[in-house]
Amino acid sequence: MHPILIIVGKEIRDGLRNRWVLAVTLLLAALALSLGFLGSAPTGTVKVDPLTVTVVSLSSLSIFLVPLIAMLLSYDAIVGEVERGTMALLLSYPVARWQVVVGKFFGHLVILALATTLGYGLAGVTLQIAHGGIDISAWMPFIFLIAASILLGASFLSMGYLISALVQERATAAGIAIGVWLFLVVIYDMALLGILVADQGHIITASVLNIVLLFNPTDVYRLLNLTGYENVSMFAGMAGLSEQTRMPVSMLFGVQLLWIVAPFTLAAAAFRRRSL
Amino acid sequence: MSSSASTSALRSPTTPLADQAGTTQAGRPVRGVALFPQNETARAVAAPVLLTKVTKLYSGQAAVDTISFALNPGECTVLAGHNGAGKSTLIKLILGLTRAESGRVSVFGHDTGSRAAAAIRRHIGYLPETVALHPSLTGQETLAFYARLKGLSTAGNAELLARVGIAQAARRRVGGYSKGMRQRLALAQALLGKPRILLLDEPTTGLDPASRLLFYEIVGELRNAGAAILLSTHALAELERQADRVIVMQRGRKIADGTLSDLRRHADLPVRVRLTLQDEIIDTPAGWQRAGPHRLERSCAEADKISRLQEALSMPGLTDIELETPGLDEMYAHFLRREDN
Repeated sequence: MHPILIIVGKEIRDGLRNRWVLAVTLLLAALALSLGFLGSAPTGTVKVDPLTVTVVSLSSLSIFLVPLIAMLLSYDAIVGEVERGTMALLLSYPVARWQVVVGKFFGHLVILALATTLGYGLAGVTLQIAHGGIDISAWMPFIFLIAASILLGASFLSMGYLISALVQERATAAGIAIGVWLFLVVIYDMALLGILVADQGHIITASVLNIVLLFNPTDVYRLLNLTGYENVSMFAGMAGLSEQTRMPVSMLFGVQLLWIVAPFTLAAAAFRRRSL
Repeated sequence: MSSSASTSALRSPTTPLADQAGTTQAGRPVRGVALFPQNETARAVAAPVLLTKVTKLYSGQAAVDTISFALNPGECTVLAGHNGAGKSTLIKLILGLTRAESGRVSVFGHDTGSRAAAAIRRHIGYLPETVALHPSLTGQETLAFYARLKGLSTAGNAELLARVGIAQAARRRVGGYSKGMRQRLALAQALLGKPRILLLDEPTTGLDPASRLLFYEIVGELRNAGAAILLSTHALAELERQADRVIVMQRGRKIADGTLSDLRRHADLPVRVRLTLQDEIIDTPAGWQRAGPHRLERSCAEADKISRLQEALSMPGLTDIELETPGLDEMYAHFLRREDN
């Protein structure tokens, strides 16, 4: 078997054994369910599938939660193994360093994808059954949401790996990871909002704003979800916005992939040079 | 204790005390020829491990200072030195975990940083100083994980676990193992695939006597099978029986290298000869001391040992000869002291 696959398998087994997958799945399912039931309460008898409404609130929640989970999984990935000494032993085997990081990354990605799909998927099925039966057509935006969430998670995994490859101590990695999370998830948008208000549209036009938003993977995720599907953008009150900021979904996907590949490449390069 | 040391010195191949690297370097394989392990000739000439004037700095200080030596097949080399003498760094250099600032480290003729060296690590067994294993895996799974990484089948794993005496715990998670069991499991992973180079970093610290005996037995087997073994330790006496050759390090520099008898000769610590005679001694021979009515004693230089023994054999009524050679610890202390002065 290829060394990368062996390492992927080991990481997944670790994730299942230490209940990571279980805990994250339950957390995501519980939140999706509560949002689903609470969110659909006002719509009441309106003929809207609960899933479509849930996608809107769930995407706002995922922006906070999925990156946090990804950071928690990844900040420890390299520096933790180096500190515990398992990395030295692993690298004494016939594996290249890049194979180790690639294997671990995909292992973590599978864990994250599994938990997201299971958690949101279970919640989605439950919601539909509670509202009178499965409606396949409403699933498209929901599946789109799950896929976009996994991509968002992957970009933060990748940033977590970069942090983990660069620092010398676990505690430092944890601190920086939380800092990066806070900046990208909370501070970036708030600062942007402040600037927009102050600027009154003189310098920062809609097209400039578009570009600024691409510099943050959480905003790319927001744009993907809120403009990706007509229905969704309508319920999100973003119908007008999506007219203005229409960027092709393929381009948004491309940018998000860049947010995964670029930090990961840097992480692999940093790990390659690292002295153990 | 001391007599056994001298027998192991006799058994071991004679290794020149002088720098070994020079002799083996001539046999370095021509670039592009050494396709280990298919190429038998390349394997024959390339030393399992060869260090040539290797220097490694840690924040400006030399952790390893212009060190040269080669490890030979079928030879168990003990790397002795205090904590911080550079032993672990040396092992990490051989494994390619860290790069040297200058000099060359090669394994079977390939630089440790090269692409080929990664594949060659298949033939290296490594036991780290602090045993770190994944707590959520069972013993069996741990060994299977490492066996697959070496490209081996997991068929021989159960046997290997039984060999190190943890077969009954194979299905339990490593997190619940005692320290001794973890050490045994770590030893098992180092033995996977019958390595031709075995690097053991302080393997016997914290081992109970039973584990230690088992450990010596396994190391002895591998050495007899032709593996090049490097054992690092700060308690040299523990490994006295295992050592075919000793390298003493201090503050990153090699201060002694040779077989036990080489080192003994080099240290020139006195050898004590004790004789027991049948008759009561009346005239004490010149140079000898009377140590009781039937016993004579004298200390002599290592070089004089044979002539003193011949002299003793010519004495009438000789019933017993005792020879007390300096132990490893005494020699080790001597070398370290000499460097301090």
